[in-house]
Amino acid sequence: MMHGLLIVLKHAFKRPVTLQYPEERKILPARSRGRHYLTKWDDGLERCVGCELCAIVCPAQAIYVKPAANEPDDVHSHGERYAADFQINMLRCIYCGYCEEACPTGAIVLSNEYELSAQSREELIFTKEILTEKNPGDSGRDPKREI
Amino acid sequence: MSNSIEILIKSIVLIMILMGAAAYMTFCERVVMARMQLRLGPNRVGPLGLWQPLADGIKLLCKESFRPAGADALTYALAPAITLFTALFAFVLIPFGDTIQLWGHTVALYIANVDVGILLILAVSSLAVYGVFLAGWGSNNRYALLGGLRATAQMISYEIPMSLALLTVVVASGTLRLPEIVQMQREHWFIWTNPLSFIIYLIAAFAETNRAPFDLPESEQELTAGYHTEYGGMKFAMFFMAEYINILAVSAIMVTFFFGGWLGPFDIPILWFICKIAIVVFLFLWVRATMARFRYGELMSFSWKILLPLSIINLIITTYFTVV
Repeated sequence: MMHGLLIVLKHAFKRPVTLQYPEERKILPARSRGRHYLTKWDDGLERCVGCELCAIVCPAQAIYVKPAANEPDDVHSHGERYAADFQINMLRCIYCGYCEEACPTGAIVLSNEYELSAQSREELIFTKEILTEKNPGDSGRDPKREI
Repeated sequence: MSNSIEILIKSIVLIMILMGAAAYMTFCERVVMARMQLRLGPNRVGPLGLWQPLADGIKLLCKESFRPAGADALTYALAPAITLFTALFAFVLIPFGDTIQLWGHTVALYIANVDVGILLILAVSSLAVYGVFLAGWGSNNRYALLGGLRATAQMISYEIPMSLALLTVVVASGTLRLPEIVQMQREHWFIWTNPLSFIIYLIAAFAETNRAPFDLPESEQELTAGYHTEYGGMKFAMFFMAEYINILAVSAIMVTFFFGGWLGPFDIPILWFICKIAIVVFLFLWVRATMARFRYGELMSFSWKILLPLSIINLIITTYFTVV
Protein backbone atom coordinates (compact mmCIF):
# COMPACT_ATOMS: atom_id res chain seq x y z
CA MET A 1 0.00 0.00 0.00
CA MET A 2 2.87 2.34 0.76
CA HIS A 3 4.30 1.42 -2.60
CA GLY A 4 1.04 2.44 -4.24
CA LEU A 5 0.98 5.72 -2.38
CA LEU A 6 4.54 6.46 -3.45
CA ILE A 7 3.75 5.75 -7.09
CA VAL A 8 0.89 8.23 -6.98
CA LEU A 9 3.09 10.80 -5.29
CA LYS A 10 5.71 10.38 -8.00
CA HIS A 11 3.04 11.19 -10.56
CA ALA A 12 2.29 14.41 -8.77
CA PHE A 13 5.66 15.75 -9.79
CA LYS A 14 5.50 14.76 -13.43
CA ARG A 15 4.50 17.24 -16.07
CA PRO A 16 0.72 17.12 -16.74
CA VAL A 17 -0.28 15.90 -20.16
CA THR A 18 -3.07 18.43 -20.47
CA LEU A 19 -3.07 20.60 -23.57
CA GLN A 20 -4.28 24.05 -22.59
CA TYR A 21 -6.64 24.83 -25.45
CA PRO A 22 -6.96 27.47 -26.91
CA GLU A 23 -3.51 28.70 -26.00
CA GLU A 24 -1.89 25.44 -27.05
CA ARG A 25 -3.22 23.52 -30.02
CA LYS A 26 -2.45 20.03 -31.06
CA ILE A 27 -0.47 19.65 -34.28
CA LEU A 28 -2.47 17.16 -36.32
CA PRO A 29 -0.93 14.81 -38.89
CA ALA A 30 -0.81 16.28 -42.39
CA ARG A 31 -3.42 13.90 -43.74
CA SER A 32 -6.04 14.51 -41.02
CA ARG A 33 -9.40 15.20 -42.57
CA GLY A 34 -10.92 18.56 -41.73
CA ARG A 35 -12.41 21.39 -43.69
CA HIS A 36 -12.87 21.13 -47.45
CA TYR A 37 -11.19 23.37 -50.01
CA LEU A 38 -11.82 23.73 -53.75
CA THR A 39 -8.35 24.14 -55.20
CA LYS A 40 -7.07 25.89 -58.30
CA TRP A 41 -4.46 25.17 -60.90
CA ASP A 42 -1.23 27.06 -60.97
CA ASP A 43 -2.59 29.44 -63.60
CA GLY A 44 -5.56 30.44 -61.45
CA LEU A 45 -8.30 28.40 -63.13
CA GLU A 46 -10.47 26.21 -60.90
CA ARG A 47 -9.77 22.53 -60.89
CA CYS A 48 -13.40 21.59 -60.43
CA VAL A 49 -15.04 20.50 -63.72
CA GLY A 50 -18.53 19.99 -62.27
CA CYS A 51 -18.55 16.22 -62.82
CA GLU A 52 -20.48 15.65 -59.56
CA LEU A 53 -18.52 12.51 -58.70
CA CYS A 54 -17.99 13.85 -55.17
CA ALA A 55 -21.73 14.36 -54.72
CA ILE A 56 -22.39 10.83 -55.99
CA VAL A 57 -19.85 9.13 -53.68
CA CYS A 58 -20.61 11.14 -50.56
CA PRO A 59 -22.09 8.70 -47.99
CA ALA A 60 -23.89 11.49 -46.14
CA GLN A 61 -25.17 13.20 -49.31
CA ALA A 62 -23.76 16.44 -48.03
CA ILE A 63 -22.59 17.92 -51.37
CA TYR A 64 -24.69 19.79 -53.92
CA VAL A 65 -23.17 20.59 -57.32
CA LYS A 66 -24.84 22.55 -60.11
CA PRO A 67 -22.75 22.35 -63.25
CA ALA A 68 -22.69 24.92 -66.02
CA ALA A 69 -20.92 25.09 -69.38
CA ASN A 70 -17.71 27.01 -69.89
CA GLU A 71 -18.46 29.79 -72.42
CA PRO A 72 -15.54 30.89 -74.69
CA ASP A 73 -15.39 34.28 -72.96
CA ASP A 74 -16.21 32.98 -69.47
CA VAL A 75 -13.72 30.22 -68.72
CA HIS A 76 -13.61 28.87 -65.17
CA SER A 77 -11.92 25.51 -65.58
CA HIS A 78 -9.84 23.59 -68.06
CA GLY A 79 -12.69 21.28 -69.16
CA GLU A 80 -16.09 21.84 -70.75
CA ARG A 81 -18.01 22.29 -67.51
CA TYR A 82 -17.45 23.98 -64.21
CA ALA A 83 -19.38 24.00 -60.96
CA ALA A 84 -21.62 27.07 -61.00
CA ASP A 85 -23.01 26.28 -57.57
CA PHE A 86 -21.15 24.10 -55.07
CA GLN A 87 -22.45 23.70 -51.53
CA ILE A 88 -21.33 21.38 -48.75
CA ASN A 89 -23.43 21.05 -45.60
CA MET A 90 -20.66 20.75 -43.01
CA LEU A 91 -23.16 19.45 -40.46
CA ARG A 92 -24.03 16.48 -42.66
CA CYS A 93 -20.46 15.83 -43.72
CA ILE A 94 -18.81 12.93 -41.93
CA TYR A 95 -15.27 13.94 -42.97
CA CYS A 96 -14.57 10.55 -44.53
CA GLY A 97 -12.52 11.88 -47.45
CA TYR A 98 -14.32 9.88 -50.15
CA CYS A 99 -14.95 13.07 -52.15
CA GLU A 100 -11.22 13.76 -52.16
CA GLU A 101 -10.55 10.21 -53.36
CA ALA A 102 -13.26 10.33 -56.03
CA CYS A 103 -12.34 13.67 -57.58
CA PRO A 104 -10.65 13.09 -60.98
CA THR A 105 -8.94 16.48 -61.05
CA GLY A 106 -7.96 16.74 -57.38
CA ALA A 107 -10.21 19.77 -56.96
CA ILE A 108 -11.78 19.04 -53.61
CA VAL A 109 -9.29 18.40 -50.79
CA LEU A 110 -9.65 18.09 -47.05
CA SER A 111 -7.27 20.25 -45.05
CA ASN A 112 -6.68 19.67 -41.36
CA GLU A 113 -8.57 22.68 -40.02
CA TYR A 114 -11.11 21.41 -37.55
CA GLU A 115 -12.26 24.54 -35.76
CA LEU A 116 -15.56 25.08 -37.55
CA SER A 117 -17.96 26.53 -35.02
CA ALA A 118 -20.71 28.92 -36.13
CA GLN A 119 -23.68 30.67 -34.62
CA SER A 120 -26.41 29.05 -36.70
CA ARG A 121 -27.07 26.02 -38.89
CA GLU A 122 -27.29 28.18 -42.01
CA GLU A 123 -23.77 29.48 -41.51
CA LEU A 124 -22.43 25.94 -41.71
CA ILE A 125 -23.63 25.31 -45.25
CA PHE A 126 -20.41 26.28 -46.97
CA THR A 127 -20.90 27.82 -50.42
CA LYS A 128 -18.47 27.95 -53.26
CA GLU A 129 -17.08 31.30 -52.11
CA ILE A 130 -16.18 29.95 -48.70
CA LEU A 131 -14.82 26.70 -50.08
CA THR A 132 -12.63 27.96 -52.89
CA GLU A 133 -9.10 28.95 -51.98
CA LYS A 134 -8.32 32.57 -52.85
CA ASN A 135 -4.93 31.93 -54.38
CA PRO A 136 -3.56 28.68 -55.73
CA GLY A 137 -1.81 26.83 -52.94
CA ASP A 138 -3.69 28.44 -50.03
CA SER A 139 -5.11 25.11 -48.95
CA GLY A 140 -1.63 23.71 -48.45
CA ARG A 141 -1.63 21.49 -51.52
CA ASP A 142 0.80 22.00 -54.35
CA PRO A 143 -0.99 23.80 -57.24
CA LYS A 144 1.30 22.15 -59.78
CA ARG A 145 0.20 18.61 -58.85
CA GLU A 146 -1.60 16.52 -61.41
CA ILE A 147 -4.52 15.25 -59.29
CA MET B 1 -19.47 39.80 30.35
CA SER B 2 -16.17 40.52 28.70
CA ASN B 3 -15.61 36.80 28.72
CA SER B 4 -18.69 36.20 26.58
CA ILE B 5 -17.69 38.94 24.18
CA GLU B 6 -14.27 37.37 23.89
CA ILE B 7 -15.83 33.99 23.17
CA LEU B 8 -18.19 35.53 20.65
CA ILE B 9 -15.41 37.27 18.80
CA LYS B 10 -13.24 34.16 18.79
CA SER B 11 -16.15 32.08 17.50
CA ILE B 12 -16.94 34.49 14.70
CA VAL B 13 -13.31 34.69 13.64
CA LEU B 14 -13.02 30.92 13.77
CA ILE B 15 -16.17 30.38 11.69
CA MET B 16 -14.97 32.84 9.07
CA ILE B 17 -11.59 31.16 8.89
CA LEU B 18 -13.09 27.69 8.75
CA MET B 19 -15.52 28.55 5.97
CA GLY B 20 -12.71 30.07 3.95
CA ALA B 21 -10.45 27.13 4.69
CA ALA B 22 -13.10 24.60 3.69
CA ALA B 23 -13.80 26.47 0.45
CA TYR B 24 -10.13 26.59 -0.46
CA MET B 25 -9.72 22.98 0.55
CA THR B 26 -12.10 22.03 -2.23
CA PHE B 27 -9.84 23.94 -4.58
CA CYS B 28 -6.70 22.31 -3.18
CA GLU B 29 -8.30 18.91 -3.49
CA ARG B 30 -9.08 19.44 -7.14
CA VAL B 31 -5.60 20.74 -7.91
CA VAL B 32 -3.70 18.13 -5.90
CA MET B 33 -5.75 15.20 -7.16
CA ALA B 34 -5.45 16.50 -10.70
CA ARG B 35 -1.68 16.78 -10.47
CA MET B 36 -1.50 13.24 -9.16
CA GLN B 37 -3.48 12.15 -12.18
CA LEU B 38 -1.16 13.98 -14.59
CA ARG B 39 -3.65 16.73 -15.36
CA LEU B 40 -4.07 20.35 -14.35
CA GLY B 41 -6.61 21.40 -11.81
CA PRO B 42 -8.86 24.42 -12.32
CA ASN B 43 -6.63 27.26 -13.48
CA ARG B 44 -8.90 29.56 -15.48
CA VAL B 45 -10.83 31.53 -12.87
CA GLY B 46 -8.52 34.22 -11.56
CA PRO B 47 -4.75 33.92 -11.29
CA LEU B 48 -3.84 30.23 -11.08
CA GLY B 49 -7.51 29.46 -10.62
CA LEU B 50 -7.62 30.93 -7.12
CA TRP B 51 -11.07 32.44 -7.50
CA GLN B 52 -12.54 29.01 -8.28
CA PRO B 53 -14.11 28.49 -4.81
CA LEU B 54 -15.65 31.94 -5.11
CA ALA B 55 -17.16 31.00 -8.46
CA ASP B 56 -18.42 27.73 -6.98
CA GLY B 57 -19.95 29.55 -4.04
CA ILE B 58 -21.71 32.08 -6.25
CA LYS B 59 -23.03 29.28 -8.45
CA LEU B 60 -24.44 27.37 -5.51
CA LEU B 61 -26.03 30.49 -4.06
CA CYS B 62 -27.77 31.34 -7.32
CA LYS B 63 -29.39 27.95 -7.68
CA GLU B 64 -33.06 27.31 -7.10
CA SER B 65 -34.01 26.37 -3.57
CA PHE B 66 -36.37 23.43 -4.06
CA ARG B 67 -37.97 20.76 -1.97
CA PRO B 68 -38.93 17.39 -3.49
CA ALA B 69 -42.61 16.50 -3.47
CA GLY B 70 -43.51 14.55 -0.38
CA ALA B 71 -40.38 15.55 1.49
CA ASP B 72 -40.98 16.48 5.07
CA ALA B 73 -40.24 20.22 5.15
CA LEU B 74 -38.73 20.45 8.60
CA THR B 75 -36.57 17.35 8.28
CA TYR B 76 -35.41 18.29 4.82
CA ALA B 77 -34.35 21.75 5.91
CA LEU B 78 -32.94 20.74 9.26
CA ALA B 79 -30.55 18.03 8.13
CA PRO B 80 -27.87 20.19 6.49
CA ALA B 81 -28.05 22.59 9.42
CA ILE B 82 -27.39 19.82 11.92
CA THR B 83 -24.51 18.48 9.86
CA LEU B 84 -22.88 21.88 9.56
CA PHE B 85 -23.41 22.73 13.21
CA THR B 86 -21.81 19.56 14.53
CA ALA B 87 -18.92 19.88 12.12
CA LEU B 88 -18.19 23.42 13.28
CA PHE B 89 -18.68 22.54 16.93
CA ALA B 90 -15.68 20.23 16.96
CA PHE B 91 -13.46 23.30 16.73
CA VAL B 92 -14.70 24.83 19.96
CA LEU B 93 -12.33 22.84 22.08
CA ILE B 94 -9.28 22.57 19.85
CA PRO B 95 -6.29 24.56 21.06
CA PHE B 96 -4.59 26.56 18.36
CA GLY B 97 -1.89 27.72 20.69
CA ASP B 98 -1.15 28.84 24.19
CA THR B 99 -2.23 32.21 25.54
CA ILE B 100 -1.19 35.32 23.64
CA GLN B 101 -1.30 39.01 24.45
CA LEU B 102 -3.65 41.09 22.32
CA TRP B 103 -4.09 44.80 23.11
CA GLY B 104 -3.52 44.27 26.80
CA HIS B 105 -5.80 41.25 27.15
CA THR B 106 -4.53 37.76 27.71
CA VAL B 107 -6.35 35.71 25.10
CA ALA B 108 -6.29 31.94 25.14
CA LEU B 109 -6.18 30.47 21.67
CA TYR B 110 -9.07 28.12 22.20
CA ILE B 111 -12.73 28.92 22.62
CA ALA B 112 -13.42 26.64 25.57
CA ASN B 113 -11.51 24.36 27.89
CA VAL B 114 -14.03 22.05 29.49
CA ASP B 115 -13.10 19.36 31.96
CA VAL B 116 -14.23 16.60 29.69
CA GLY B 117 -12.54 17.93 26.58
CA ILE B 118 -12.35 15.18 24.03
CA LEU B 119 -15.48 13.49 25.31
CA LEU B 120 -17.54 16.50 24.32
CA ILE B 121 -16.03 16.51 20.84
CA LEU B 122 -16.76 12.84 20.37
CA ALA B 123 -20.29 13.25 21.67
CA VAL B 124 -21.08 16.10 19.31
CA SER B 125 -19.53 14.35 16.32
CA SER B 126 -21.80 11.44 17.08
CA LEU B 127 -24.69 13.86 16.68
CA ALA B 128 -23.50 14.46 13.13
CA VAL B 129 -25.07 11.11 12.31
CA TYR B 130 -28.49 12.73 12.80
CA GLY B 131 -27.83 15.08 9.94
CA VAL B 132 -27.00 12.22 7.60
CA PHE B 133 -29.97 10.02 8.21
CA LEU B 134 -32.44 12.89 8.48
CA ALA B 135 -31.23 13.94 5.06
CA GLY B 136 -31.74 10.46 3.71
CA TRP B 137 -35.17 10.08 5.28
CA GLY B 138 -36.44 13.57 4.57
CA SER B 139 -35.63 13.38 0.86
CA ASN B 140 -38.50 11.03 0.07
CA ASN B 141 -36.18 9.07 -2.21
CA ARG B 142 -35.39 5.40 -1.65
CA TYR B 143 -31.83 5.71 -2.88
CA ALA B 144 -31.17 8.66 -0.65
CA LEU B 145 -32.61 6.66 2.23
CA LEU B 146 -30.37 3.70 1.52
CA GLY B 147 -27.37 5.97 1.16
CA GLY B 148 -28.25 7.68 4.40
CA LEU B 149 -28.63 4.42 6.28
CA ARG B 150 -25.35 3.08 4.99
CA ALA B 151 -23.55 6.28 5.86
CA THR B 152 -25.11 6.24 9.32
CA ALA B 153 -24.11 2.65 9.96
CA GLN B 154 -20.62 3.37 8.75
CA MET B 155 -20.22 6.44 10.92
CA ILE B 156 -21.49 4.88 14.11
CA SER B 157 -19.49 1.70 13.70
CA TYR B 158 -16.24 3.57 13.18
CA GLU B 159 -16.81 5.82 16.14
CA ILE B 160 -15.93 3.03 18.54
CA PRO B 161 -12.39 2.29 17.37
CA MET B 162 -11.87 6.04 17.02
CA SER B 163 -12.88 6.70 20.61
CA LEU B 164 -10.83 3.79 21.90
CA ALA B 165 -7.77 5.00 20.02
CA LEU B 166 -8.16 8.47 21.51
CA LEU B 167 -8.75 6.86 24.89
CA THR B 168 -5.29 5.33 24.81
CA VAL B 169 -3.80 8.80 24.44
CA VAL B 170 -5.98 10.02 27.29
CA VAL B 171 -4.71 7.16 29.44
CA ALA B 172 -1.13 7.92 28.44
CA SER B 173 -1.45 11.60 29.25
CA GLY B 174 -3.76 11.32 32.22
CA THR B 175 -6.10 14.13 31.25
CA LEU B 176 -9.13 14.69 29.04
CA ARG B 177 -8.49 18.38 28.49
CA LEU B 178 -7.05 19.16 25.08
CA PRO B 179 -4.70 22.05 25.93
CA GLU B 180 -3.12 19.85 28.58
CA ILE B 181 -2.75 16.92 26.22
CA VAL B 182 -0.78 19.26 23.96
CA GLN B 183 1.36 20.41 26.87
CA MET B 184 2.12 16.79 27.77
CA GLN B 185 3.76 16.39 24.37
CA ARG B 186 6.61 18.77 25.01
CA GLU B 187 9.19 16.03 25.32
CA HIS B 188 7.89 13.65 22.73
CA TRP B 189 4.81 13.40 20.57
CA PHE B 190 2.25 10.74 21.31
CA ILE B 191 2.67 9.20 17.88
CA TRP B 192 5.96 7.71 19.06
CA THR B 193 4.48 6.18 22.18
CA ASN B 194 1.14 5.13 20.66
CA PRO B 195 1.78 4.37 16.98
CA LEU B 196 -0.95 1.75 16.76
CA SER B 197 -3.49 4.20 18.14
CA PHE B 198 -2.47 6.63 15.46
CA ILE B 199 -3.03 4.10 12.71
CA ILE B 200 -6.39 3.06 14.12
CA TYR B 201 -7.43 6.67 14.51
CA LEU B 202 -6.28 7.49 10.98
CA ILE B 203 -8.37 4.72 9.46
CA ALA B 204 -11.37 5.56 11.60
CA ALA B 205 -11.02 9.24 10.66
CA PHE B 206 -11.19 8.36 6.99
CA ALA B 207 -14.34 6.39 7.65
CA GLU B 208 -15.96 8.99 9.88
CA THR B 209 -15.69 11.70 7.27
CA ASN B 210 -16.94 9.38 4.51
CA ARG B 211 -13.70 9.91 2.66
CA ALA B 212 -11.92 7.55 0.31
CA PRO B 213 -11.41 4.68 0.54
CA PHE B 214 -14.56 4.57 2.68
CA ASP B 215 -16.64 6.88 0.53
CA LEU B 216 -19.29 4.43 -0.64
CA PRO B 217 -22.15 6.47 0.84
CA GLU B 218 -21.33 9.40 -1.32
CA SER B 219 -19.82 7.77 -4.36
CA GLU B 220 -21.35 9.13 -7.50
CA GLN B 221 -20.99 5.91 -9.40
CA GLU B 222 -22.70 3.60 -6.98
CA LEU B 223 -25.44 5.51 -5.25
CA THR B 224 -26.10 8.70 -7.23
CA ALA B 225 -24.67 10.84 -4.42
CA GLY B 226 -26.34 8.98 -1.56
CA TYR B 227 -27.93 10.96 1.20
CA HIS B 228 -27.49 14.35 -0.42
CA THR B 229 -29.01 13.36 -3.78
CA GLU B 230 -32.08 15.53 -3.39
CA TYR B 231 -30.26 18.61 -2.22
CA GLY B 232 -29.25 21.51 -4.41
CA GLY B 233 -28.04 25.06 -4.12
CA MET B 234 -27.34 26.37 -0.65
CA LYS B 235 -28.39 23.23 1.21
CA PHE B 236 -25.97 21.18 -0.83
CA ALA B 237 -23.32 23.81 -0.19
CA MET B 238 -23.90 23.30 3.52
CA PHE B 239 -23.37 19.54 3.24
CA PHE B 240 -20.31 20.16 1.15
CA MET B 241 -18.87 22.65 3.63
CA ALA B 242 -19.71 20.36 6.50
CA GLU B 243 -17.81 17.51 4.91
CA TYR B 244 -14.67 19.54 4.43
CA ILE B 245 -14.92 21.13 7.85
CA ASN B 246 -15.25 17.60 9.22
CA ILE B 247 -12.02 16.68 7.50
CA LEU B 248 -10.35 19.70 9.05
CA ALA B 249 -11.82 18.75 12.44
CA VAL B 250 -10.53 15.19 12.47
CA SER B 251 -7.17 16.42 11.19
CA ALA B 252 -7.08 18.97 13.99
CA ILE B 253 -7.87 16.31 16.57
CA MET B 254 -5.24 14.07 15.04
CA VAL B 255 -2.63 16.79 15.20
CA THR B 256 -3.59 17.72 18.75
CA PHE B 257 -3.45 14.17 20.03
CA PHE B 258 -0.58 12.65 18.11
CA PHE B 259 1.58 15.33 16.59
CA GLY B 260 2.04 17.79 19.42
CA GLY B 261 -0.68 20.29 18.51
CA TRP B 262 0.82 23.72 18.15
CA LEU B 263 4.21 22.78 19.59
CA GLY B 264 7.21 23.17 17.38
CA PRO B 265 10.50 25.05 17.18
CA PHE B 266 10.00 28.38 19.02
CA ASP B 267 6.40 27.38 19.85
CA ILE B 268 4.85 29.92 17.47
CA PRO B 269 1.15 29.70 18.39
CA ILE B 270 -0.86 29.11 15.25
CA LEU B 271 1.71 28.53 12.55
CA TRP B 272 2.87 25.02 13.42
CA PHE B 273 -0.69 23.89 13.97
CA ILE B 274 -1.66 25.03 10.50
CA CYS B 275 1.42 23.43 8.95
CA LYS B 276 0.66 20.10 10.58
CA ILE B 277 -2.99 20.23 9.60
CA ALA B 278 -1.93 21.01 6.04
CA ILE B 279 0.24 17.91 5.96
CA VAL B 280 -2.56 15.72 7.33
CA VAL B 281 -5.05 17.15 4.84
CA PHE B 282 -2.57 16.44 2.07
CA LEU B 283 -2.51 12.86 3.33
CA PHE B 284 -6.30 12.72 3.02
CA LEU B 285 -6.12 13.94 -0.58
CA TRP B 286 -3.25 11.63 -1.39
CA VAL B 287 -5.10 8.57 -0.14
CA ARG B 288 -8.21 9.61 -2.03
CA ALA B 289 -6.22 9.75 -5.26
CA THR B 290 -4.64 6.37 -4.60
CA MET B 291 -7.04 3.86 -3.16
CA ALA B 292 -10.07 2.11 -4.56
CA ARG B 293 -13.11 2.19 -2.35
CA PHE B 294 -14.14 -0.60 -0.03
CA ARG B 295 -17.27 -2.60 -0.66
CA TYR B 296 -19.83 -1.92 2.01
CA GLY B 297 -19.72 -5.38 3.59
CA GLU B 298 -15.93 -5.27 3.71
CA LEU B 299 -16.09 -1.84 5.25
CA MET B 300 -18.36 -2.92 8.08
CA SER B 301 -16.57 -6.17 8.79
CA PHE B 302 -13.27 -4.31 8.81
CA SER B 303 -14.56 -2.08 11.55
CA TRP B 304 -16.15 -4.69 13.75
CA LYS B 305 -13.89 -7.66 13.20
CA ILE B 306 -10.50 -6.05 12.83
CA LEU B 307 -10.36 -2.49 14.10
CA LEU B 308 -12.42 -3.01 17.24
CA PRO B 309 -10.47 -6.00 18.64
CA LEU B 310 -7.24 -4.26 17.70
CA SER B 311 -8.18 -1.07 19.50
CA ILE B 312 -9.33 -2.96 22.58
CA ILE B 313 -6.06 -4.88 22.76
CA ASN B 314 -4.19 -1.63 22.21
CA LEU B 315 -6.09 -0.03 25.07
CA ILE B 316 -5.37 -2.93 27.37
CA ILE B 317 -1.67 -2.84 26.58
CA THR B 318 -1.45 0.93 27.01
CA THR B 319 -3.29 0.80 30.30
CA TYR B 320 -1.01 -1.98 31.47
CA PHE B 321 2.10 0.02 30.72
CA THR B 322 0.73 3.19 32.22
CA VAL B 323 -0.78 1.83 35.39
CA VAL B 324 1.55 -1.05 36.19
